[in-house]
Amino acid sequence: MSSTEVEAVLSLDRVTVAWPAPRKGESEYVAVEDVSLEVGRGEFLSVVGPTGCGKSTLLNVAAGLLAPSAGSVLVSGERLQGINRRAGYLFQGEALMPWRSARENVEAGLLFAGVAPRAARERAEAWLARVGLSRFGDSYPHQLSGGMRKRVALAQTLVLEPRILLMDEPFSALDVQTRQLMENELLELWSSDRRSVVFITHDLEEAIALSDRVVLLSAGPRTRPIGDFRIDLPRPRDVAEIRASPRFSELHVHIWRALRAEVLRAYAQSEGRA
Amino acid sequence: MPRAKAAHRELGPAALLALRVLLLVAIFFLWYGLVTLRFLPAFFFGRPFVVLERVGQWFASGKIYPHLGVTLIETVLAFAAGTLLGVAAGLWLGLRAMASALLEPYIKAANAMPRVILAPIFAVWFGLGIASKVALGVTLVFFIVFFNVYQGVREVSPTVLASVRMLGASPRQLVRYVYLPSATSWVFSSLHTSVGMAFVGAVVGEYLGSAAGVGYLILQAEGSFDIDTVFAGILVLTGFALLLDYVVTVIERRLLVWMPRAGRRE
Repeated sequence: MSSTEVEAVLSLDRVTVAWPAPRKGESEYVAVEDVSLEVGRGEFLSVVGPTGCGKSTLLNVAAGLLAPSAGSVLVSGERLQGINRRAGYLFQGEALMPWRSARENVEAGLLFAGVAPRAARERAEAWLARVGLSRFGDSYPHQLSGGMRKRVALAQTLVLEPRILLMDEPFSALDVQTRQLMENELLELWSSDRRSVVFITHDLEEAIALSDRVVLLSAGPRTRPIGDFRIDLPRPRDVAEIRASPRFSELHVHIWRALRAEVLRAYAQSEGRA
Repeated sequence: MPRAKAAHRELGPAALLALRVLLLVAIFFLWYGLVTLRFLPAFFFGRPFVVLERVGQWFASGKIYPHLGVTLIETVLAFAAGTLLGVAAGLWLGLRAMASALLEPYIKAANAMPRVILAPIFAVWFGLGIASKVALGVTLVFFIVFFNVYQGVREVSPTVLASVRMLGASPRQLVRYVYLPSATSWVFSSLHTSVGMAFVGAVVGEYLGSAAGVGYLILQAEGSFDIDTVFAGILVLTGFALLLDYVVTVIERRLLVWMPRAGRRE
């Protein structure tokens, strides 16, 4: 794989995450097993898998929010301990502090890092402008729409200029139109400074439209990567237009075949359990 | 109160207010009628117009103000001290799993105990002045605030917490930026109850032994079987409680702008 030839900004090395058995006599629950994954500099990687396959678990390991049971995480070659300070995390759910205005939310990370309040405020304003919310700095999260809240969260993360951006189905709660807008905005922001991105989604089309590379995960438990596909669509892309291109359809059919088997397996398992 | 709102729409605010006043007047005259026609003995039930006159005299002569002032000071002090202690204890125990596990049964016991019964002990410890009333009020306010903060700390959204940690917050910054504001919102949600409890503590304390305050006036009047003055005192206390509640509502509106209110989403 060409992605592994240059230095990896983030790599998971044979990571296993197991939860202890709920009761005595039962076996422990292995969420992900023996997963190795590398993200190159400036690479946009999407991780796709059926619902409940442990995608978020992997991302939490990469973020340092969750310590793996076995294996290790390397950030620019160094072993990760504690929170991953090089990474920004965009969560699936509502992650803004509801008691702070949009601007106060964006500047929070800078204040944590010891930036002077005035400088932090200026940089926060600048980022709010970049995500098109300069008029809403004083609004509280509940006064903003879902898409606007996601933009604030994006600014809140990017203002810290993380080397790696971890995204956990960040747009899944948005309606289709807002979602495509946000995806295009994300691509535009990303193309201006080319950070490494790990984008988690269960939506294969979204993954193909956004990424340089798509990794497929198997159904859980004992999730592991089962496919690694390079997406050679030209950039810059428009996520709505790119879906109409023939190459997109080819890639989609190709990857979907691999994914479908896993979806069916996950479905059979959940049926068997029920 | 959605029902009240529906009534508002049906009747119009002016008509509703008129009806409410009418109800009050009706109850007053029912009381007056029952006493005047001797269905109820005036000795035990008071005479409504004498009660009103007594209230009027108190305010006209200014005699009531020092007593109201004492009761207000007791209420405010009990509320402030009880809230501070409750927030501190709630934050501390909410963040320390070990300590909270250790203390849990004792906190439950202390909360289950009828704390009004502590009033005589406080009177012995702190005398008949303001301090013993404040102490009683504090024991009432503390637990309300404490349980709310404790709950608030434990129910902080895990996503917000993880997000703020990812933004680089230290444990101290987590307390300042997440736990404390979250706990504050829970304190405010219990503000009406806790201010009311501080007031109850003050009045009950006064009633059980004091030298000043509205509770003291009631105690004095009761000692001389002056039931009209007792009712006058109750009337003043009720009005005062409503006023306090209104002030709390105003403060709440100012401080909790960030909170979504049902039907007020911009």
